[in-house]
Amino acid sequence: MTELKSGSNLEKVLAAGHFAFTGECGPPKGANVEHLKEKLSHLKGNVDAVNMTDNQTAVVRMSSIAGSALMIEEGLEPNFQMVCRDRNRLAMMSDILGAYALGIRNMLCLSGDHQTFGNHPDAKNVHDIDSMQLIAMVKKMRDEGKFLNDEDIDVPPKMFIGAAANPFADPYEYRVYRLANKIEAGADFIQTQCIFNMEKFRDFMKKTVDMGLHEKCYILAGVTPMKNAGMANFMSKFVPGMDIPDSLIKRLKGVDKKDQAEEGIKFALEQVEEFKEMEGVAGVHMMAIEWEHMVPEIAKRANVLPRPVV
Amino acid sequence: MIVADRKSLDEILAMVEGDKKILLVGCKGCVTVCNTGGLKEVEILASSMKIARKKAGKEIDIDTHVLERQCDREYVEQISETVNDYDAVISMACGVGPQFLSEAYKEQKFYPAVNTTFFGGATEHGVWEERCAGCGTCGIHNFGGLCPIARCAKSLLHGPCGGSSNGNCEINKDTECIWDSIVRKKMEQGQLEDLLGVKGAKSWKTARDGGPRRSIREELVQGNI
Ligand code: SF4
Ligand code: SF4
Repeated sequence: MTELKSGSNLEKVLAAGHFAFTGECGPPKGANVEHLKEKLSHLKGNVDAVNMTDNQTAVVRMSSIAGSALMIEEGLEPNFQMVCRDRNRLAMMSDILGAYALGIRNMLCLSGDHQTFGNHPDAKNVHDIDSMQLIAMVKKMRDEGKFLNDEDIDVPPKMFIGAAANPFADPYEYRVYRLANKIEAGADFIQTQCIFNMEKFRDFMKKTVDMGLHEKCYILAGVTPMKNAGMANFMSKFVPGMDIPDSLIKRLKGVDKKDQAEEGIKFALEQVEEFKEMEGVAGVHMMAIEWEHMVPEIAKRANVLPRPVV
Repeated sequence: MIVADRKSLDEILAMVEGDKKILLVGCKGCVTVCNTGGLKEVEILASSMKIARKKAGKEIDIDTHVLERQCDREYVEQISETVNDYDAVISMACGVGPQFLSEAYKEQKFYPAVNTTFFGGATEHGVWEERCAGCGTCGIHNFGGLCPIARCAKSLLHGPCGGSSNGNCEINKDTECIWDSIVRKKMEQGQLEDLLGVKGAKSWKTARDGGPRRSIREELVQGNI
Protein backbone atom coordinates (compact mmCIF):
# COMPACT_ATOMS: atom_id res chain seq x y z
CA MET A 1 0.00 0.00 0.00
CA THR A 2 1.25 3.49 -0.80
CA GLU A 3 1.84 5.79 2.11
CA LEU A 4 -1.38 7.17 3.53
CA LYS A 5 -1.96 10.89 3.46
CA SER A 6 -4.23 11.14 6.44
CA GLY A 7 -4.73 7.62 7.73
CA SER A 8 -8.48 8.13 7.90
CA ASN A 9 -10.71 5.10 7.77
CA LEU A 10 -12.18 6.28 4.48
CA GLU A 11 -8.73 6.62 2.96
CA LYS A 12 -7.73 3.18 4.18
CA VAL A 13 -10.90 1.55 2.84
CA LEU A 14 -10.37 3.13 -0.57
CA ALA A 15 -6.63 2.47 -0.65
CA ALA A 16 -7.27 -1.19 0.11
CA GLY A 17 -9.49 -1.35 -2.97
CA HIS A 18 -12.81 -1.76 -1.20
CA PHE A 19 -15.99 -0.25 -2.62
CA ALA A 20 -16.58 2.66 -0.23
CA PHE A 21 -19.95 3.49 1.26
CA THR A 22 -20.32 6.89 2.94
CA GLY A 23 -23.30 8.53 4.57
CA GLU A 24 -24.47 12.01 5.39
CA CYS A 25 -25.92 13.77 8.40
CA GLY A 26 -27.07 17.33 8.92
CA PRO A 27 -26.32 18.79 12.35
CA PRO A 28 -29.35 19.87 14.40
CA LYS A 29 -31.00 23.28 14.12
CA GLY A 30 -30.03 23.92 17.69
CA ALA A 31 -27.77 22.41 20.27
CA ASN A 32 -29.77 19.19 20.48
CA VAL A 33 -26.98 16.69 20.93
CA GLU A 34 -29.38 13.84 21.71
CA HIS A 35 -31.09 14.27 18.35
CA LEU A 36 -27.75 14.22 16.56
CA LYS A 37 -26.70 11.08 18.42
CA GLU A 38 -29.96 9.42 17.54
CA LYS A 39 -29.45 10.14 13.83
CA LEU A 40 -25.86 8.94 13.99
CA SER A 41 -26.82 5.70 15.70
CA HIS A 42 -28.46 4.55 12.45
CA LEU A 43 -25.31 5.16 10.48
CA LYS A 44 -22.87 3.50 12.84
CA GLY A 45 -21.34 0.36 11.35
CA ASN A 46 -23.19 0.84 8.08
CA VAL A 47 -20.93 3.39 6.42
CA ASP A 48 -17.19 4.16 6.27
CA ALA A 49 -17.53 7.86 7.04
CA VAL A 50 -20.33 10.35 7.48
CA ASN A 51 -20.43 13.82 5.91
CA MET A 52 -21.25 16.48 8.47
CA THR A 53 -22.81 19.30 6.50
CA ASP A 54 -21.83 22.94 6.96
CA ASN A 55 -24.94 25.16 7.17
CA GLN A 56 -26.31 23.30 4.15
CA THR A 57 -28.66 25.24 1.88
CA ALA A 58 -27.50 28.28 3.85
CA VAL A 59 -29.65 27.40 6.85
CA VAL A 60 -27.99 27.94 10.23
CA ARG A 61 -27.26 24.77 12.12
CA MET A 62 -24.81 23.55 14.72
CA SER A 63 -21.30 23.99 13.31
CA SER A 64 -19.98 21.13 11.22
CA ILE A 65 -16.82 21.08 13.29
CA ALA A 66 -18.76 20.54 16.54
CA GLY A 67 -21.01 17.99 14.83
CA SER A 68 -17.94 16.15 13.58
CA ALA A 69 -16.33 16.13 17.01
CA LEU A 70 -19.54 14.75 18.57
CA MET A 71 -19.57 12.11 15.85
CA ILE A 72 -16.09 10.96 16.83
CA GLU A 73 -17.30 10.59 20.42
CA GLU A 74 -20.04 8.32 19.08
CA GLY A 75 -17.47 6.14 17.36
CA LEU A 76 -18.08 7.18 13.75
CA GLU A 77 -15.71 8.82 11.31
CA PRO A 78 -16.68 12.29 10.10
CA ASN A 79 -16.17 13.84 6.73
CA PHE A 80 -16.09 17.47 7.82
CA GLN A 81 -17.67 19.79 5.25
CA MET A 82 -16.48 23.35 4.83
CA VAL A 83 -18.02 25.99 2.59
CA CYS A 84 -16.41 29.18 1.32
CA ARG A 85 -19.52 31.24 1.93
CA ASP A 86 -19.19 31.78 5.66
CA ARG A 87 -15.48 32.07 6.40
CA ASN A 88 -12.47 33.99 5.17
CA ARG A 89 -9.05 32.37 4.83
CA LEU A 90 -8.12 33.08 8.45
CA ALA A 91 -11.23 31.40 9.84
CA MET A 92 -10.83 28.51 7.41
CA MET A 93 -7.25 27.75 8.32
CA SER A 94 -7.92 28.05 12.01
CA ASP A 95 -10.95 25.75 11.74
CA ILE A 96 -8.92 23.22 9.75
CA LEU A 97 -6.32 23.17 12.51
CA GLY A 98 -9.06 22.92 15.12
CA ALA A 99 -10.78 20.12 13.23
CA TYR A 100 -7.55 18.16 12.99
CA ALA A 101 -6.82 18.71 16.66
CA LEU A 102 -10.25 17.24 17.46
CA GLY A 103 -9.41 14.11 15.50
CA ILE A 104 -11.07 14.93 12.19
CA ARG A 105 -9.21 13.38 9.25
CA ASN A 106 -11.46 13.87 6.19
CA MET A 107 -12.78 17.11 4.85
CA LEU A 108 -14.94 18.13 1.92
CA CYS A 109 -14.22 21.49 0.32
CA LEU A 110 -17.26 23.29 -1.12
CA SER A 111 -18.31 26.69 -2.46
CA GLY A 112 -21.59 26.56 -0.55
CA ASP A 113 -25.13 27.35 -1.62
CA HIS A 114 -25.83 31.05 -1.99
CA GLN A 115 -27.29 32.61 1.16
CA THR A 116 -30.45 33.69 -0.70
CA PHE A 117 -31.59 30.04 -0.44
CA GLY A 118 -31.35 29.94 3.30
CA ASN A 119 -32.93 31.43 6.37
CA HIS A 120 -30.67 34.49 6.59
CA PRO A 121 -30.87 35.88 3.07
CA ASP A 122 -29.74 39.31 4.30
CA ALA A 123 -26.35 37.97 5.33
CA LYS A 124 -23.11 39.15 3.76
CA ASN A 125 -21.25 36.34 2.07
CA VAL A 126 -17.51 35.91 2.21
CA HIS A 127 -16.03 33.97 -0.73
CA ASP A 128 -12.54 35.18 0.09
CA ILE A 129 -11.24 32.05 -1.67
CA ASP A 130 -13.23 29.57 -3.74
CA SER A 131 -13.54 25.80 -3.43
CA MET A 132 -10.66 25.20 -5.85
CA GLN A 133 -8.38 27.40 -3.78
CA LEU A 134 -9.64 25.81 -0.56
CA ILE A 135 -8.62 22.38 -1.86
CA ALA A 136 -5.17 23.74 -2.77
CA MET A 137 -4.88 25.42 0.62
CA VAL A 138 -5.66 22.24 2.58
CA LYS A 139 -3.13 20.38 0.45
CA LYS A 140 -0.50 23.01 1.07
CA MET A 141 -1.17 22.89 4.81
CA ARG A 142 -0.89 19.10 4.76
CA ASP A 143 1.96 18.47 2.33
CA GLU A 144 4.12 21.55 2.81
CA GLY A 145 3.20 22.23 6.39
CA LYS A 146 2.61 25.85 5.54
CA PHE A 147 -0.13 28.42 5.87
CA LEU A 148 -1.31 30.26 2.80
CA ASN A 149 1.21 33.01 3.57
CA ASP A 150 4.06 30.43 3.63
CA GLU A 151 4.58 30.57 7.37
CA ASP A 152 5.32 27.19 8.95
CA ILE A 153 2.59 25.28 10.75
CA ASP A 154 3.48 23.71 14.07
CA VAL A 155 2.00 20.22 13.49
CA PRO A 156 0.31 20.37 10.11
CA PRO A 157 -3.21 18.98 9.68
CA LYS A 158 -3.14 15.74 7.69
CA MET A 159 -6.48 15.70 5.96
CA PHE A 160 -7.87 13.35 3.35
CA ILE A 161 -9.11 15.97 0.92
CA GLY A 162 -12.51 15.71 -0.69
CA ALA A 163 -14.30 17.81 -3.26
CA ALA A 164 -17.67 17.80 -4.94
CA ALA A 165 -18.51 17.37 -8.61
CA ASN A 166 -21.84 18.01 -10.25
CA PRO A 167 -21.98 16.41 -13.69
CA PHE A 168 -25.51 17.75 -14.10
CA ALA A 169 -24.74 21.44 -13.87
CA ASP A 170 -23.97 23.45 -16.99
CA PRO A 171 -22.10 23.75 -19.22
CA TYR A 172 -21.90 19.96 -19.31
CA GLU A 173 -18.90 19.86 -21.66
CA TYR A 174 -16.86 21.71 -19.06
CA ARG A 175 -17.72 19.55 -16.05
CA VAL A 176 -15.05 16.94 -16.62
CA TYR A 177 -12.40 19.66 -16.94
CA ARG A 178 -13.58 21.19 -13.72
CA LEU A 179 -13.23 17.78 -12.11
CA ALA A 180 -9.70 17.49 -13.52
CA ASN A 181 -8.96 20.92 -12.11
CA LYS A 182 -10.08 19.91 -8.63
CA ILE A 183 -7.90 16.83 -8.78
CA GLU A 184 -4.98 18.93 -9.89
CA ALA A 185 -5.66 21.30 -7.00
CA GLY A 186 -5.29 18.36 -4.61
CA ALA A 187 -8.57 16.49 -4.23
CA ASP A 188 -7.98 12.91 -3.08
CA PHE A 189 -11.61 11.91 -3.39
CA ILE A 190 -14.74 13.24 -5.03
CA GLN A 191 -18.33 12.92 -3.96
CA THR A 192 -20.73 13.69 -6.78
CA GLN A 193 -24.03 15.50 -6.63
CA CYS A 194 -27.02 13.14 -6.32
CA ILE A 195 -27.31 11.17 -9.51
CA PHE A 196 -30.69 10.44 -11.05
CA ASN A 197 -29.94 10.75 -14.74
CA MET A 198 -27.94 7.56 -15.20
CA GLU A 199 -27.46 7.98 -18.92
CA LYS A 200 -25.74 11.31 -18.46
CA PHE A 201 -23.66 9.98 -15.59
CA ARG A 202 -22.46 7.01 -17.66
CA ASP A 203 -21.28 9.44 -20.29
CA PHE A 204 -19.61 11.63 -17.68
CA MET A 205 -17.75 8.65 -16.21
CA LYS A 206 -16.65 7.55 -19.64
CA LYS A 207 -15.11 10.97 -20.21
CA THR A 208 -13.58 10.84 -16.74
CA VAL A 209 -12.03 7.44 -17.40
CA ASP A 210 -10.84 8.49 -20.87
CA MET A 211 -8.92 11.31 -19.23
CA GLY A 212 -7.52 8.90 -16.64
CA LEU A 213 -8.93 10.96 -13.78
CA HIS A 214 -10.19 7.90 -11.89
CA GLU A 215 -6.59 6.81 -11.46
CA LYS A 216 -5.66 10.03 -9.72
CA CYS A 217 -8.60 10.27 -7.39
CA TYR A 218 -11.36 8.15 -5.84
CA ILE A 219 -14.77 8.96 -7.22
CA LEU A 220 -17.81 8.28 -5.07
CA ALA A 221 -21.16 8.37 -6.83
CA GLY A 222 -23.87 10.34 -5.02
CA VAL A 223 -27.16 8.56 -4.38
CA THR A 224 -30.29 9.94 -2.74
CA PRO A 225 -33.26 7.60 -2.34
CA MET A 226 -36.51 9.39 -3.17
CA LYS A 227 -39.16 9.23 -0.48
CA ASN A 228 -42.00 9.89 -2.89
CA ALA A 229 -42.90 11.45 -6.23
CA GLY A 230 -43.50 14.80 -4.53
CA MET A 231 -39.90 14.95 -3.37
CA ALA A 232 -38.70 14.17 -6.89
CA ASN A 233 -40.90 16.89 -8.30
CA PHE A 234 -39.74 19.41 -5.73
CA MET A 235 -36.05 18.67 -6.25
CA SER A 236 -36.45 18.83 -9.98
CA LYS A 237 -38.10 22.24 -9.81
CA PHE A 238 -36.40 23.98 -6.91
CA VAL A 239 -32.95 22.55 -6.29
CA PRO A 240 -30.43 24.13 -8.65
CA GLY A 241 -28.19 21.80 -10.59
CA MET A 242 -30.48 18.75 -10.14
CA ASP A 243 -31.28 16.60 -13.12
CA ILE A 244 -34.24 14.34 -12.45
CA PRO A 245 -35.50 12.54 -15.54
CA ASP A 246 -39.24 12.44 -16.12
CA SER A 247 -38.99 8.67 -16.36
CA LEU A 248 -38.06 8.50 -12.66
CA ILE A 249 -40.90 10.79 -11.61
CA LYS A 250 -43.24 8.66 -13.74
CA ARG A 251 -41.92 5.47 -12.19
CA LEU A 252 -42.59 6.80 -8.67
CA LYS A 253 -46.03 8.09 -9.64
CA GLY A 254 -46.77 4.73 -11.22
CA VAL A 255 -47.06 3.00 -7.86
CA ASP A 256 -49.43 3.57 -4.94
CA LYS A 257 -48.51 6.49 -2.68
CA LYS A 258 -47.69 4.14 0.17
CA ASP A 259 -45.32 2.17 -2.04
CA GLN A 260 -43.45 5.15 -3.46
CA ALA A 261 -40.76 5.09 -0.77
CA GLU A 262 -40.05 1.43 -1.55
CA GLU A 263 -39.89 2.26 -5.25
CA GLY A 264 -37.44 5.09 -4.49
CA ILE A 265 -35.25 2.71 -2.52
CA LYS A 266 -35.42 0.12 -5.30
CA PHE A 267 -34.17 2.70 -7.81
CA ALA A 268 -31.36 3.67 -5.45
CA LEU A 269 -30.38 0.00 -5.02
CA GLU A 270 -30.33 -0.53 -8.78
CA GLN A 271 -28.04 2.47 -9.02
CA VAL A 272 -25.68 1.09 -6.37
CA GLU A 273 -25.50 -2.23 -8.22
CA GLU A 274 -24.57 -0.45 -11.43
CA PHE A 275 -21.99 1.75 -9.69
CA LYS A 276 -20.29 -1.34 -8.26
CA GLU A 277 -19.53 -2.40 -11.81
CA MET A 278 -18.98 1.01 -13.39
CA GLU A 279 -15.41 1.74 -14.38
CA GLY A 280 -13.93 4.59 -12.42
CA VAL A 281 -16.44 4.55 -9.56
CA ALA A 282 -14.76 3.75 -6.25
CA GLY A 283 -17.80 3.86 -4.02
CA VAL A 284 -21.17 5.37 -3.23
CA HIS A 285 -22.04 8.40 -1.16
CA MET A 286 -25.51 7.70 0.23
CA MET A 287 -27.37 10.89 1.07
CA ALA A 288 -30.53 9.70 2.77
CA ILE A 289 -31.74 13.19 3.62
CA GLU A 290 -33.57 13.18 6.96
CA TRP A 291 -33.97 9.46 6.42
CA GLU A 292 -30.99 8.24 8.40
CA HIS A 293 -33.01 5.44 10.01
CA MET A 294 -33.40 3.82 6.59
CA VAL A 295 -29.65 3.56 6.04
CA PRO A 296 -29.21 0.20 7.82
CA GLU A 297 -31.84 -1.37 5.59
CA ILE A 298 -30.49 0.29 2.45
CA ALA A 299 -26.93 -0.78 3.25
CA LYS A 300 -28.07 -4.33 3.92
CA ARG A 301 -30.11 -4.61 0.74
CA ALA A 302 -27.27 -2.99 -1.24
CA ASN A 303 -25.02 -5.82 -0.03
CA VAL A 304 -22.35 -3.48 1.27
CA LEU A 305 -22.32 -4.95 4.77
CA PRO A 306 -20.36 -5.60 6.82
CA ARG A 307 -18.16 -2.58 6.23
CA PRO A 308 -14.50 -3.52 5.90
CA VAL A 309 -12.31 -3.09 8.95
CA VAL A 310 -8.90 -1.88 7.78
CA MET B 1 -20.68 54.77 -14.64
CA ILE B 2 -22.22 54.66 -11.20
CA VAL B 3 -25.79 53.42 -11.29
CA ALA B 4 -28.42 54.39 -8.74
CA ASP B 5 -32.13 53.92 -8.14
CA ARG B 6 -34.35 56.55 -6.65
CA LYS B 7 -35.80 55.88 -3.23
CA SER B 8 -39.58 55.73 -2.96
CA LEU B 9 -41.46 58.97 -2.51
CA ASP B 10 -42.72 57.82 0.88
CA GLU B 11 -39.23 57.15 2.12
CA ILE B 12 -38.01 60.55 0.94
CA LEU B 13 -41.00 62.34 2.46
CA ALA B 14 -40.45 60.54 5.75
CA MET B 15 -36.81 61.66 5.89
CA VAL B 16 -37.72 65.34 5.72
CA GLU B 17 -41.05 65.14 7.49
CA GLY B 18 -40.53 68.07 9.80
CA ASP B 19 -38.82 70.31 7.25
CA LYS B 20 -40.62 73.03 5.31
CA LYS B 21 -38.05 74.77 3.17
CA ILE B 22 -36.19 72.21 1.14
CA LEU B 23 -33.51 72.33 -1.51
CA LEU B 24 -33.34 69.47 -3.98
CA VAL B 25 -29.92 69.12 -5.60
CA GLY B 26 -29.37 67.02 -8.73
CA CYS B 27 -26.18 66.10 -10.54
CA LYS B 28 -25.27 66.17 -14.22
CA GLY B 29 -22.92 63.18 -13.91
CA CYS B 30 -23.75 59.46 -13.79
CA VAL B 31 -27.20 59.90 -12.24
CA THR B 32 -28.22 62.01 -15.22
CA VAL B 33 -27.08 59.27 -17.59
CA CYS B 34 -28.96 56.59 -15.68
CA ASN B 35 -32.05 58.81 -15.44
CA THR B 36 -32.13 58.93 -11.67
CA GLY B 37 -30.99 62.34 -10.46
CA GLY B 38 -30.60 64.73 -13.38
CA LEU B 39 -32.57 67.86 -14.23
CA LYS B 40 -35.66 65.96 -15.29
CA GLU B 41 -35.77 63.68 -12.26
CA VAL B 42 -35.16 66.58 -9.90
CA GLU B 43 -38.20 68.40 -11.26
CA ILE B 44 -40.34 65.26 -11.13
CA LEU B 45 -39.43 64.61 -7.50
CA ALA B 46 -40.00 68.25 -6.55
CA SER B 47 -43.49 68.30 -8.01
CA SER B 48 -44.35 64.86 -6.55
CA MET B 49 -43.31 66.08 -3.11
CA LYS B 50 -45.36 69.26 -3.50
CA ILE B 51 -48.46 67.29 -4.50
CA ALA B 52 -48.02 64.80 -1.67
CA ARG B 53 -47.53 67.51 0.93
CA LYS B 54 -50.49 69.45 -0.36
CA LYS B 55 -52.66 66.36 -0.14
CA ALA B 56 -51.55 65.83 3.42
CA GLY B 57 -52.33 69.46 4.17
CA LYS B 58 -48.70 70.24 4.97
CA GLU B 59 -46.68 73.20 3.88
CA ILE B 60 -43.64 72.85 1.63
CA ASP B 61 -41.36 75.21 -0.20
CA ILE B 62 -39.00 73.43 -2.60
CA ASP B 63 -36.23 74.90 -4.68
CA THR B 64 -34.21 72.88 -7.15
CA HIS B 65 -30.65 73.12 -8.37
CA VAL B 66 -28.62 70.82 -10.58
CA LEU B 67 -24.86 70.86 -10.17
CA GLU B 68 -22.40 69.95 -12.86
CA ARG B 69 -21.04 67.27 -10.51
CA GLN B 70 -21.54 66.78 -6.81
CA CYS B 71 -18.30 64.84 -6.48
CA ASP B 72 -16.24 67.93 -7.19
CA ARG B 73 -15.60 70.64 -4.58
CA GLU B 74 -15.40 73.30 -7.24
CA TYR B 75 -19.04 72.70 -8.24
CA VAL B 76 -20.25 72.03 -4.72
CA GLU B 77 -19.12 75.57 -3.83
CA GLN B 78 -21.65 77.01 -6.24
CA ILE B 79 -24.46 76.66 -3.70
CA SER B 80 -22.51 78.19 -0.80
CA GLU B 81 -24.55 81.37 -0.65
CA THR B 82 -27.96 79.75 -0.39
CA VAL B 83 -27.42 76.31 1.12
CA ASN B 84 -28.01 77.41 4.71
CA ASP B 85 -31.30 79.12 3.88
CA TYR B 86 -33.03 75.72 3.87
CA ASP B 87 -34.32 73.45 6.62
CA ALA B 88 -32.94 70.45 4.74
CA VAL B 89 -31.20 69.57 1.50
CA ILE B 90 -31.94 66.42 -0.50
CA SER B 91 -29.26 65.17 -2.85
CA MET B 92 -30.15 63.15 -5.91
CA ALA B 93 -26.54 62.27 -6.70
CA CYS B 94 -24.89 58.93 -5.95
CA GLY B 95 -23.65 58.38 -2.39
CA VAL B 96 -20.60 60.51 -3.10
CA GLY B 97 -22.66 63.68 -3.66
CA PRO B 98 -24.33 64.08 -0.26
CA GLN B 99 -20.99 63.32 1.40
CA PHE B 100 -19.15 66.04 -0.50
CA LEU B 101 -22.00 68.37 0.42
CA SER B 102 -21.94 67.32 4.09
CA GLU B 103 -18.19 67.87 4.21
CA ALA B 104 -18.47 71.32 2.63
CA TYR B 105 -21.42 72.58 4.66
CA LYS B 106 -21.19 71.33 8.19
CA GLU B 107 -24.24 73.27 9.44
CA GLN B 108 -26.66 71.77 6.97
CA LYS B 109 -28.39 68.38 6.91
CA PHE B 110 -28.23 66.42 3.64
CA TYR B 111 -30.45 63.47 2.78
CA PRO B 112 -29.84 60.88 0.06
CA ALA B 113 -32.76 60.54 -2.35
CA VAL B 114 -31.20 57.63 -4.23
CA ASN B 115 -29.78 54.21 -3.46
CA THR B 116 -26.40 53.86 -5.10
CA THR B 117 -26.17 50.35 -6.46
CA PHE B 118 -23.25 49.51 -8.76
CA PHE B 119 -20.73 50.32 -11.48
CA GLY B 120 -22.27 49.31 -14.75
CA GLY B 121 -23.95 50.37 -17.93
CA ALA B 122 -27.17 50.17 -19.89
CA THR B 123 -27.64 46.90 -21.76
CA GLU B 124 -30.91 48.02 -23.30
CA HIS B 125 -33.15 51.05 -22.99
CA GLY B 126 -34.10 51.30 -19.34
CA VAL B 127 -31.98 48.37 -18.14
CA TRP B 128 -28.64 48.75 -16.35
CA GLU B 129 -26.37 45.94 -15.29
CA GLU B 130 -23.42 45.60 -12.97
CA ARG B 131 -20.00 45.09 -14.51
CA CYS B 132 -17.35 45.99 -11.95
CA ALA B 133 -16.98 45.73 -8.18
CA GLY B 134 -13.98 48.03 -7.96
CA CYS B 135 -11.68 45.35 -6.59
CA GLY B 136 -8.63 47.49 -7.33
CA THR B 137 -6.71 44.82 -9.26
CA CYS B 138 -8.34 44.23 -12.60
CA GLY B 139 -7.82 40.81 -14.15
CA ILE B 140 -10.71 40.46 -16.58
CA HIS B 141 -8.35 39.52 -19.42
CA ASN B 142 -7.93 36.19 -17.61
CA PHE B 143 -11.65 35.51 -17.92
CA GLY B 144 -12.45 36.29 -21.51
CA GLY B 145 -12.98 39.95 -20.66
CA LEU B 146 -15.85 39.18 -18.27
CA CYS B 147 -15.58 39.92 -14.56
CA PRO B 148 -16.38 37.04 -12.20
CA ILE B 149 -15.70 39.18 -9.13
CA ALA B 150 -18.60 41.50 -9.85
CA ARG B 151 -20.80 39.20 -11.90
CA CYS B 152 -20.64 35.78 -10.24
CA ALA B 153 -22.83 35.67 -7.13
CA LYS B 154 -19.96 33.95 -5.29
CA SER B 155 -17.09 35.85 -6.96
CA LEU B 156 -15.57 32.51 -7.96
CA LEU B 157 -12.23 32.52 -9.73
CA HIS B 158 -12.78 28.90 -10.74
CA GLY B 159 -16.34 28.48 -11.90
CA PRO B 160 -18.99 27.61 -12.72
CA CYS B 161 -20.28 26.19 -9.47
CA GLY B 162 -22.64 23.23 -9.27
CA GLY B 163 -25.70 25.47 -9.35
CA SER B 164 -25.19 26.80 -12.87
CA SER B 165 -28.12 25.80 -15.04
CA ASN B 166 -28.98 26.70 -18.65
CA GLY B 167 -26.80 29.78 -18.50
CA ASN B 168 -28.50 31.03 -15.35
CA CYS B 169 -27.11 31.56 -11.90
CA GLU B 170 -28.42 29.45 -9.05
CA ILE B 171 -29.70 32.53 -7.22
CA ASN B 172 -32.50 33.04 -9.76
CA LYS B 173 -33.44 32.43 -13.36
CA ASP B 174 -33.18 36.10 -14.30
CA THR B 175 -29.52 36.30 -13.41
CA GLU B 176 -26.93 35.27 -15.95
CA CYS B 177 -24.29 32.78 -14.80
CA ILE B 178 -21.25 34.71 -15.93
CA TRP B 179 -19.13 31.59 -15.59
CA ASP B 180 -21.27 29.87 -18.18
CA SER B 181 -20.46 32.73 -20.56
CA ILE B 182 -16.76 32.72 -19.67
CA VAL B 183 -16.45 28.98 -20.25
CA ARG B 184 -18.40 29.01 -23.50
CA LYS B 185 -16.38 31.91 -24.85
CA LYS B 186 -13.10 30.20 -24.00
CA MET B 187 -14.31 26.94 -25.54
CA GLU B 188 -15.34 28.68 -28.75
CA GLN B 189 -11.98 30.37 -28.94
CA GLY B 190 -10.18 27.08 -28.25
CA GLN B 191 -8.52 28.65 -25.21
CA LEU B 192 -9.90 26.45 -22.48
CA GLU B 193 -6.44 25.92 -21.05
CA ASP B 194 -6.52 29.55 -19.85
CA LEU B 195 -9.13 28.53 -17.29
CA LEU B 196 -7.42 25.37 -16.11
CA GLY B 197 -4.89 25.28 -13.30
CA VAL B 198 -5.32 26.82 -9.90
CA LYS B 199 -5.10 30.57 -9.49
CA GLY B 200 -3.57 31.77 -6.25
CA ALA B 201 -5.80 33.34 -3.64
CA LYS B 202 -6.71 36.86 -4.66
CA SER B 203 -5.37 39.76 -2.67
CA TRP B 204 -8.32 41.83 -1.47
CA LYS B 205 -5.99 44.46 -0.09
CA THR B 206 -6.73 46.74 -3.03
CA ALA B 207 -10.47 46.23 -2.62
CA ARG B 208 -12.66 47.73 0.13
CA ASP B 209 -11.29 45.05 2.47
CA GLY B 210 -7.99 46.93 2.65
CA GLY B 211 -9.77 49.94 4.13
CA PRO B 212 -10.98 53.15 2.46
CA ARG B 213 -9.00 53.77 -0.68
CA ARG B 214 -7.22 56.79 -1.94
CA SER B 215 -5.64 57.50 -5.27
CA ILE B 216 -2.74 59.90 -5.34
CA ARG B 217 -1.41 61.23 -8.64
CA GLU B 218 1.89 62.83 -7.65
CA GLU B 219 2.31 64.85 -10.84
CA LEU B 220 -1.07 66.46 -10.30
CA VAL B 221 -0.50 67.06 -6.60
CA GLN B 222 2.76 68.86 -7.41
CA GLY B 223 1.01 70.91 -10.05
CA ASN B 224 3.25 69.78 -12.88
CA ILE B 225 0.29 68.94 -15.10
S1 SF4 C 1 -11.56 42.46 -11.87
FE1 SF4 C 1 -11.93 44.03 -10.30
S2 SF4 C 1 -11.51 45.99 -11.30
FE2 SF4 C 1 -11.74 44.44 -12.95
S3 SF4 C 1 -13.90 44.57 -13.56
FE3 SF4 C 1 -13.75 42.99 -11.97
S4 SF4 C 1 -14.12 44.05 -10.02
FE4 SF4 C 1 -13.71 45.59 -11.57
S1 SF4 D 1 -24.29 29.80 -10.92
FE1 SF4 D 1 -22.63 30.82 -12.01
S2 SF4 D 1 -22.77 33.02 -11.47
FE2 SF4 D 1 -24.04 31.86 -10.04
S3 SF4 D 1 -22.70 31.51 -8.26
FE3 SF4 D 1 -22.51 29.69 -9.60
S4 SF4 D 1 -20.79 30.14 -10.96
FE4 SF4 D 1 -21.38 32.08 -10.00
